[in-house]
Amino acid sequence: MARNSGPETTARRLPGDLAIWFFILAELLAFGVFFVVYAFTRANHVELFNAEQLTLDRTSGAINTVLLLTSSFFVVRAVQVAEAGFSRRAAPWLAAAFACGAGFVVVKIFEYAEKIGAGISLSSSTFYMFYLSLTFFHFMHVILGLVIIAAMWNGARTGRYGPGNMNGIETGAAYWHMVDLVWLILFPLIYVMR
Amino acid sequence: MKYTSQSVALPYFIAAIGLFVGQIVFGLAMGLQYVVGDFLFPEIPFNVARMVHTNLLIVWLLFGFMGAAYYLIPEETETELYSPKLALLMFWIFLIAGAATILGYLFVDYNTLAEMTGNNILATMGREFLEQPLLTKIGIVIVALAFLFNISMTMLKGRKTVISIVMLLGLWGLAIFFLFSFYNPGNLVKDKFYWWWVVHLWVEGVWELIMAAMLAFVLIKVTGVDREVIEKWLYVIITLALVTGLIGTGHHYFWIGTPGYWQWWGSIFSALEPIPFFAMTVFAFNMVNRRRREHPNKAAVLWALGTGVMAFLGAGVWGFLHTLAPVNFYTHGSQITAAHGHMAFYGAYVLVVLTIISYAMPLLRGRAANSQRAQVVEMWSFWLMTISMVFITLFLTAAGILQVWLQRVSDTPMPFMQVQDQISLFYWMRLWAGVVFAVGLVTYVASFFVKGESKPLITP
Repeated sequence: MARNSGPETTARRLPGDLAIWFFILAELLAFGVFFVVYAFTRANHVELFNAEQLTLDRTSGAINTVLLLTSSFFVVRAVQVAEAGFSRRAAPWLAAAFACGAGFVVVKIFEYAEKIGAGISLSSSTFYMFYLSLTFFHFMHVILGLVIIAAMWNGARTGRYGPGNMNGIETGAAYWHMVDLVWLILFPLIYVMR
Repeated sequence: MKYTSQSVALPYFIAAIGLFVGQIVFGLAMGLQYVVGDFLFPEIPFNVARMVHTNLLIVWLLFGFMGAAYYLIPEETETELYSPKLALLMFWIFLIAGAATILGYLFVDYNTLAEMTGNNILATMGREFLEQPLLTKIGIVIVALAFLFNISMTMLKGRKTVISIVMLLGLWGLAIFFLFSFYNPGNLVKDKFYWWWVVHLWVEGVWELIMAAMLAFVLIKVTGVDREVIEKWLYVIITLALVTGLIGTGHHYFWIGTPGYWQWWGSIFSALEPIPFFAMTVFAFNMVNRRRREHPNKAAVLWALGTGVMAFLGAGVWGFLHTLAPVNFYTHGSQITAAHGHMAFYGAYVLVVLTIISYAMPLLRGRAANSQRAQVVEMWSFWLMTISMVFITLFLTAAGILQVWLQRVSDTPMPFMQVQDQISLFYWMRLWAGVVFAVGLVTYVASFFVKGESKPLITP
C-alpha cells in the first residue's frame, strides 16, 4: 500500500502525499457513514425532516456552494501555474482561494447566528441534530483547509513549488477538494432534497 | 543496546512483569469469587480484589510504557538520555508509591484510607480506576512530569524522528488527561463525563499513539524496512486513531444524562474506531512480509504480529459489537463489556508492552536474541496466554449474551443475582481459561531463566 515511496516512474502517479489520501479516505468514510445514517433516519421521520428542512437558509447554502467551487477552481489554477514553473504566480490564486473559503466561513457564521438566535440547538430535534452536527464538522474542515491554504500561499510566495516539487501544493489541494466534495453532497442532502 | 542510558529501561520492564504477575493472581482470585462468593471474605472482598486487579494493570502498563520510552527514545534521538539518574529515582518513587497504595487497599479499610490520605481536602477517591488516594495521584503527576521532562529534554538535544514525536505526543496526552482525575464535580453527570477522559481517552486516543510508536520501533528493528515507509503508516494510523477515537469516546455518554446527540456522535465515530486497529494489523503483517533481514529474535516478531491481530479483535471487533447506541441500550455494563475489556487490554496494550520487552530485554542483557530454547519457551507462553485470553473472551461473551437476554430482553426479566446463578457455568469455564493464562504467564517468566547458547551481540 505504501509502495510508491520509491522513484516514481509510472505515468499515472498519485498527486500529493500518499498519507493525505488515507486521510481523505478516512474523512470520506466518516462523512459517508454520517450521510447514510441521516438517510435512514430521515426515511423514518420524513414529515419532521421535510418540515424542518424548510427552515434552513437555502440561499446562503447556494452562495456557499458557489464560493467553495470557485475556491477549488482557484486552487486548481494555482497548481497548474506552479507545475508550469511559476511558483510565485500561484500565490495570488491561492489568496483568492483563501478569500472564497473565508467568505464561506462568514456566511456560515451568519447562518448559525440566525439559527442559534431562533433557539435551535443540537437537542432541538433529530433533524437539527443532523443539520448542526454535519454542517459543523464540515465547518471545522473548512477552517483547517484555510490554515492549509495559508501555508500553501506562503510556500508559493517563497517560490517553493515547481515541476520537481509539487508534493506540498498537491497535498493541500487534494484536501481542499475533499472539503468541497463533502459540501457538494451535504448541501443537497440536508438543505434541498425532499 | 546502543546507548548505555537505555539500561534504565531494565528495572521498569522487570517491575512491569512483576506487577503483571500480581494482577493475574488477583484476577484468578476474583474469577473464583464470581462462583464462590465468600472466597477470601472478609479479608479480600470482591470490590477490593477488582480494584487491585485493574489498578495493577494500569500501573504495570505505565511501567512498560515508561521503560519503552527510556529504551527507544535514546536510540531514536541518537543521544544519551538527559538524566538516567532522574529516571532511576522516579522508578523507585513510582514503585514504592504503587506498592504502598496496593498495600493500603489490602490492609486498610477504604474509608480509613481516604481519611488518612487527605481525601477530605480534595475528594478524588471512590471512582472506578481512580481509586488511588490523593497522595498517590499527586505522586503519579510528579513522576509523570519528571519522566516527560527527561524524555522531552532528550528529544530536544537529539534527532527528531516521527516515531519519537508520536511517542512523546502520546505520553504528554496521557499525562494531561490524567489531570482530570483531580476534577470531581458534585454534578454526577459532569463527574461521569470527565471521568471517561482519564482511562478511556487513553485507551482509544493517546495510548494508540504510544502503541503505534512502540510497534513501529520494533518493526523497523526486526524487519529492516525503510523508516520512510513505516513513518507514512504511522501518520495514517495516528490520524485515524484521533479522528475516530476522540469523539468516538462519546459511546460512553449514551446513558449518563448527557444530551441525546451523543448517541449519534458516539455511535457513528466509534463505529469507525476498528479502522486504525485494522490499519495496525495490516501494517504489522505488511512490514514483516517485506522484511529485509531475518532477525534472530523470532519471538519478538511473533509478539508484534500478535499485537496487530489481537488488538484488532479485542478493541476493534469486540468493541464494535456493543458500540452502537441501540445495541448498547441492552448490553451496557454487562459481561459483554467485560469480554471486550479483557481482550482489548490484552491485545492492544499488554501485547505491545510484551513485544518491546521481548525485543529489548535480550539487548539489555547483552545479546542480540535469546537462545533458541528460551525463545521456544517464550513463544509457548505467547500461545498459552493468547489462546486462553480468546477463551476468556468467548466465555464472557456467551455469559454476556445470556445475561442480557435473561435480565433485559426477555418478556419475563429476571433479577441480577438470579441471572448470575444461571450463567455460572460460563464463569467456571472462564476461571479455567484464566488458570491456563496463569500457566502461560509462569511459562513467560520462566523463559527469562532458560539457559542455552544465545546470539551474541554484534556492536557496530
